[in-house]
Amino acid sequence: MGEANAVRGSSTAAILGDAALWALATLGLCIPIVSYRTDLSQTSALDLTPRWGLVAAFCAAAFALRVAQRLWLARREARRSAAVLPKGTDGRVAVARRRPSLGVPLFVGFALAMPLVATLATGSLGASRYWIDLGILILTYVMLGWGLNIVVGLAGLLDLGYVAFYAVGAYSYALLSTTFGLSFWVCLPLAGLFAGLWGILLGFPVLRLRGDYLAIVTLAFGEIIRLVLINWTDLTNGSAGIDSIPRATFFGIPFTAGEDGFAKTFGLSFDAMHRIVFLYYLILALALLTNLVTLRLRRLPIGRAWEALREDEIACRSLGIDTTVTKLTAFALGAMFGGFAGSFFAVRQGFVSPESFNFLESAIILAIVVLGGMGSQVGVAIAAVAMVGGPELLRNLGFLKSVFGEGFDPNEYRLLLFGLAMVAMMVWRPRGLVSQRTPSATLGQRKAISGAFVREGHG
Amino acid sequence: MSVAGINVLVEETREAQRRAAEPLLDVSGVSAFYGSVAALREVDLSVRAGEIVTLIGANGAGKSTLMMTIFGTPQARSGRITFEGRDITRMPTHEIARLGLAQSPEGRRVFPRMSVQENLQMGAALHGGRHFGEDLETVCALFPRLKERLGQRAGTMSGGEQQMLAIARALMSRPRLLLLDEPSLGLAPLVVKGIFSAIRELNRAQGMTIFLVEQNAYHALKLAHRGYVLVNGRITMSGEARALLDDPAVKAAYLEGGAGGHAVSTGEEAS
Repeated sequence: MGEANAVRGSSTAAILGDAALWALATLGLCIPIVSYRTDLSQTSALDLTPRWGLVAAFCAAAFALRVAQRLWLARREARRSAAVLPKGTDGRVAVARRRPSLGVPLFVGFALAMPLVATLATGSLGASRYWIDLGILILTYVMLGWGLNIVVGLAGLLDLGYVAFYAVGAYSYALLSTTFGLSFWVCLPLAGLFAGLWGILLGFPVLRLRGDYLAIVTLAFGEIIRLVLINWTDLTNGSAGIDSIPRATFFGIPFTAGEDGFAKTFGLSFDAMHRIVFLYYLILALALLTNLVTLRLRRLPIGRAWEALREDEIACRSLGIDTTVTKLTAFALGAMFGGFAGSFFAVRQGFVSPESFNFLESAIILAIVVLGGMGSQVGVAIAAVAMVGGPELLRNLGFLKSVFGEGFDPNEYRLLLFGLAMVAMMVWRPRGLVSQRTPSATLGQRKAISGAFVREGHG
Repeated sequence: MSVAGINVLVEETREAQRRAAEPLLDVSGVSAFYGSVAALREVDLSVRAGEIVTLIGANGAGKSTLMMTIFGTPQARSGRITFEGRDITRMPTHEIARLGLAQSPEGRRVFPRMSVQENLQMGAALHGGRHFGEDLETVCALFPRLKERLGQRAGTMSGGEQQMLAIARALMSRPRLLLLDEPSLGLAPLVVKGIFSAIRELNRAQGMTIFLVEQNAYHALKLAHRGYVLVNGRITMSGEARALLDDPAVKAAYLEGGAGGHAVSTGEEAS
């Protein structure tokens, strides 16, 4: 009943008013529960710590969620009424425009606001460092996942050595900046270029391989790159790695307390966190760039050719598609984004060593792509949050001590739980979190079809 | 052999009168091997513009191999294949497709996770989708079922619909020669009828040249102008489709549900 009403009044003002009501209700709930944190001080007096920032965050979240829900309901309603209308009334065939989806802006919106939310929730910029660092880590994997998604998810080429391109990107920046003093913004495209070239280099010998065989060769390739990095001591300084890599600058303005530093230039008080927040937005921009390029390419002939290649290589060839070029572009582009992510990794860490690029990294990135549902951009993002953020959250399993006794260290069981979660995933959602694939071109209304309708191995 | 030989002679003279032009597709002396096993031996065959030519034969006779060999995978070990006078024997598959040959492969091979429309777009990829809208109208007129299913995932459609899609996808590249490999495979008789009448329509209305590989000899010979019989990788008979339909050897081997290619093969292997 309430839902039906909500659907009918779907003007913007009605939605905003309704959401404001929700925010108010949340505020009412928060005042007694959340707004003050109570601690017993040394003298057994009750200490009250105000947490109005957190309350504001809750209210904002309630508001946003309600708006999202109302919009979703309105859309569903609109779609239903559209379905009732006769399709293709004039019998002419036309390619429909892309309908914007809701989940994505919400996701991006949250990613954009994350540092602010974290700061408000923890009380200060410095205290939010853990969360922003975690955000950077997750976004790095989102970007790597999206990059690998081009190769594995779209073109269907199983690549177990993706970390090699990550390493090429990282070492490109590390070596170019320490040897020639080039800035990050010059090195970034160069790192992408080098990684892309390595992608083509790997692509050539494996053109005829598919599936298991391809996986083995790419696995070996990843190991070769790592071993070269360890053993070519003259260039890479071996397993000791390269340190004191120049830090990121704000387009040339360094994040220092000095006169020409970022804080002084913009009239802020110096805070080491400025650099971290900048890095956060940098990786967010890079990840979004990867996503935009992929989404764009998917609707171009080359992207469609990748997907067709994944579906059936022989059919592809008999339709006049040059599978050599198609495969090499997939390898090169996927590798290029890996290279971008690598140079970001180097500038963030300030230190690179071959140990950062072992097989486990490749496996995690691949797991993100597979868990996300091969080829789905949103799925990859969600899977990255789960894969990278999940183990972090499991660190905070202190409450289990009350169950298993003081000697129980939740950290030791973190990976076990994680493994169980993966097994559960494979049992209940074997095609990944988002197993739907939205067609890149449609007539009239857009339908996503669940993978469950297609037989195993084909969906 | 004698009946077939006469058939060939009659056919040759009639064809010479009808059209002096060079055949669109010419296969001469083509042999192909899988490793050391011969799949095709000295196959000679031609398709002229505007014809429906069918190749019939039992399971494992090499019908699909011939189809694939024309398309360059596997490449012929000896012999020569020309399309519009151009030698395509050693050309990579995708370049052959660019010359104006299109194929609906055995087992359809539609792209299962892509929508019907995307499948058709892949077919039109050669032209960069320039006349996509126009050609979409044409194939949808031929197969109205596809129009209803444009947004559906190809893998979720029935076998008959997938076969329609495979043919439509091949047509999207505006080919001058359409190769169809067993379009009746695994389909209900009624569906087969529908597809075969669409093929006839395609030939009559649009003048499309069609090379049809079929196990369903009766339907194929009814539909085609000329036919070839392939046994153990060799062409054992050829001629007007109607004549083949009445040929006792063909009848015994393929039309009366007899012992497969047995009767024909023993006769031919001995000679």
